[in-house]
Amino acid sequence: MTGRPPAIALAGIDKRFGEVHANKAVDLVVAAGSIHGIVGENGAGKSTLMSILYGFYEADAGEIRVAGRPVNIRAPREAIAAGIGMVHQHFMLVEPLTVLDNVMLGAEGGALLAGGARRLRAELDRLGRDYGLVIDPDAIVGDLPVGLQQRVEILKALVRGADILILDEPTAVLTPEEADALFRLLKILASEGKTVILITHKLREIMAVTDMVSVMRRGEMVATVPTSGTSPSQLAELMVGRRVLLRVDKAPASPGAVRLAAEGMTVRDGQGTPRVDNVSLSLRGGEIVGIAGIAGNGQSELLEALAGMRPLAAGRILVDGTPLAADELDPHKLRGRGLLHVPEDRLRMGLVPPFEACESAILGFQQEDRYGSGVIMDRAGVVADTAKKMEDYDVRPRAPLLKTAKFSGGNQQKLVLAREIERQPRVLLVGQPTRGVDIGAIEFIHRRLVALRDEGVAVLLVSVELEEIMALSDRIVVMCGGRITGERRPQDTDERDLGLLMAGVDERAEAA
Amino acid sequence: MDWLSTGIAVFDSGVRLAVPLLFACLAGLWSERSGVVDIGLEGKMLVAAFAGAAAAHATGNAWAGLGAGILVSTAFALVHGFAAISQRGNQIVSGVAVNMLAVGLTALVGNAWYKQGGRTPPLEGAARFEPITLPGADAIRGVPIVGPLYADVISGHTVLVYIAVLATVLTAWVLARTRFGLRLRAVGENPAAVDTAGISVMGLRYTAVVLAGVLCGLGGAYLSVAQAAGFLTQMTAGKGFIALAALIFAKWRAWPALATCLLFGLLDAVSIRLQGVVVPGIGQVPVQAIQALPYALTVVLLAGFIGRAIPPRASGLPYVKER
Repeated sequence: MTGRPPAIALAGIDKRFGEVHANKAVDLVVAAGSIHGIVGENGAGKSTLMSILYGFYEADAGEIRVAGRPVNIRAPREAIAAGIGMVHQHFMLVEPLTVLDNVMLGAEGGALLAGGARRLRAELDRLGRDYGLVIDPDAIVGDLPVGLQQRVEILKALVRGADILILDEPTAVLTPEEADALFRLLKILASEGKTVILITHKLREIMAVTDMVSVMRRGEMVATVPTSGTSPSQLAELMVGRRVLLRVDKAPASPGAVRLAAEGMTVRDGQGTPRVDNVSLSLRGGEIVGIAGIAGNGQSELLEALAGMRPLAAGRILVDGTPLAADELDPHKLRGRGLLHVPEDRLRMGLVPPFEACESAILGFQQEDRYGSGVIMDRAGVVADTAKKMEDYDVRPRAPLLKTAKFSGGNQQKLVLAREIERQPRVLLVGQPTRGVDIGAIEFIHRRLVALRDEGVAVLLVSVELEEIMALSDRIVVMCGGRITGERRPQDTDERDLGLLMAGVDERAEAA
Repeated sequence: MDWLSTGIAVFDSGVRLAVPLLFACLAGLWSERSGVVDIGLEGKMLVAAFAGAAAAHATGNAWAGLGAGILVSTAFALVHGFAAISQRGNQIVSGVAVNMLAVGLTALVGNAWYKQGGRTPPLEGAARFEPITLPGADAIRGVPIVGPLYADVISGHTVLVYIAVLATVLTAWVLARTRFGLRLRAVGENPAAVDTAGISVMGLRYTAVVLAGVLCGLGGAYLSVAQAAGFLTQMTAGKGFIALAALIFAKWRAWPALATCLLFGLLDAVSIRLQGVVVPGIGQVPVQAIQALPYALTVVLLAGFIGRAIPPRASGLPYVKER
């Protein structure tokens, strides 16, 4: 690209965490002034590699060169000095402090704050004008929406004079609009000679902004290719190590009777703030209804209320046309009526991580006679039952006695799905079915959900992954601030339209 | 004018009683703002009080007593720091250990050395801190209200009282205006943010814990070398815990800590003054009921009058790099 030496050259980076070999002799060359994508499944070692580059961990072996010079990065301080800035997936911000304090932290410019603060205000002002990164320096970070919090993270890196910017899953918390704005910024930065490393699992983003893309699989760097010479399906294949179907093939839905309905439902949190605000929706047998929205806009509370886990402040829930009495709004009783739930957070609500897999696999059904009589549990029967579920749902390894926590995210999720689906639901509530799940397992889970729909089950899907919502849903309901802001059919909409609805703007209604 | 002189005397004694609370409260403030919960304030003050009295007795010099108190208290603080920061132990357990160790050690060593049932020999002359008369105190004493207020409440305390006020000013200023203060505020809320900004989490927390040790040392030495003339077993009498309550009440801020400790000190002074007084309609109130007053008020005030007190988010949590 230019005559400059590569911004980053990693050679033979090796890192183990106990038994886990997170990085196996990884080589990576990132050209100066380029946008370089790194893709890979969860646990492929991308984040570990970047943490090593940022000095958060120390590599067991290997060499790092920055702009041609060998460097020894043992702490973030040394990475910052080498011109590396990082925007972490989970923001490294101090929420009760102001934007200025956060940007200043570690770059105070003297023992007293006053002088540095004055200089940084001017600098923030300049960055705001040059890049459109406008922000109020005196705002409390915790009060800002996530999009602006990310802006603070980027400003932190720029203020420290970073030449190399690493972004770890930066779009997970953004609307499509915000993500597009971020990509425009990255392109500007690259055009000014800065180097950008983008870690993501969204192949669409890789194709849209990167110059080069590297693929990691199980701790190894398996390929580095120019983005223009590759395709999403080739990348997916490299990530998983076999061919995968990115698209979900499904026949048109043939919805039956309404199985689950909510009327004027309001759910309040502990502070009394309405999280779900006067929501009405219905779910028919044989259809998948997707609930889209940016995380934290009431979808989780909606799902939990429908599953009987949160009390209603107002409104009612109807199952097969009959309203539920207050005492029927209970997870156990709802299960008895065929309403099963795959919760959003499998580690907190779906499984007990320190339990053996076979114990996690019967949670909620442990009272049933098939798992023992009276107070005595039929352990051999439970183990055999779990072994069968593992076979049917391709849970690996097939070890019913292994601790639940030892399985990968995808396999844990398959275990939860197996447990719930195997009870032949009439209604299945699914939250974030593929969060932290690798592509191979995503394919499996998606096909399973569509198969359930075709069998006539009513499926309610809550997901923050817009692509997933678009691929699976027969109807899409968008939520913003606890309210339903619109409903679309997938063939009549696109990411931009949904993105606006997620931000609370309905262009079509306004045009009408 | 009898009520006035009574009032002045109560205020004067309120200030004296507030000082050890204030030292301990500021110690807790530094520690907890950095993310290290410290319920060992009580124990650190106790060992400092003992070491202070012992050293002052041995050398005949109050300042040597103060130095010894600070040193021993800081050593105990470092034990807590090592357990809580380096070993990532449970901070409550470690703090309780410090408290229990302090009670046992001071009694044991005191008895072994002096054979006076755990007391140290009484301190006299230069072995104690003497009250300082501020300039002009005697001159304006005659002026109504302002005069006695200045001469008796403001003036006429030992140097440690003024150091306590100075420590409050410094604490507030350092936290708000300096690089160290910013970093300290940040590390108590989100140590990962501090770590990724290239700053040592451990270094900050150890510094804070040592500062807490120094302040507890001042508080302990005040008890035995300034307020009293020697060490008595368990002479801290729960002040370290009241200081923790004051810290919550002050929402981990320096100026409110000063105000709260003065309030608690004043309540204490009032309760002492009320002992044996016949209250119209009730008769003589039992001493125990009056002594319980500050504690009861603490509970009531904490329960109902300060709104939500949100502690530093990372306080009590050892910092472990995520994987």
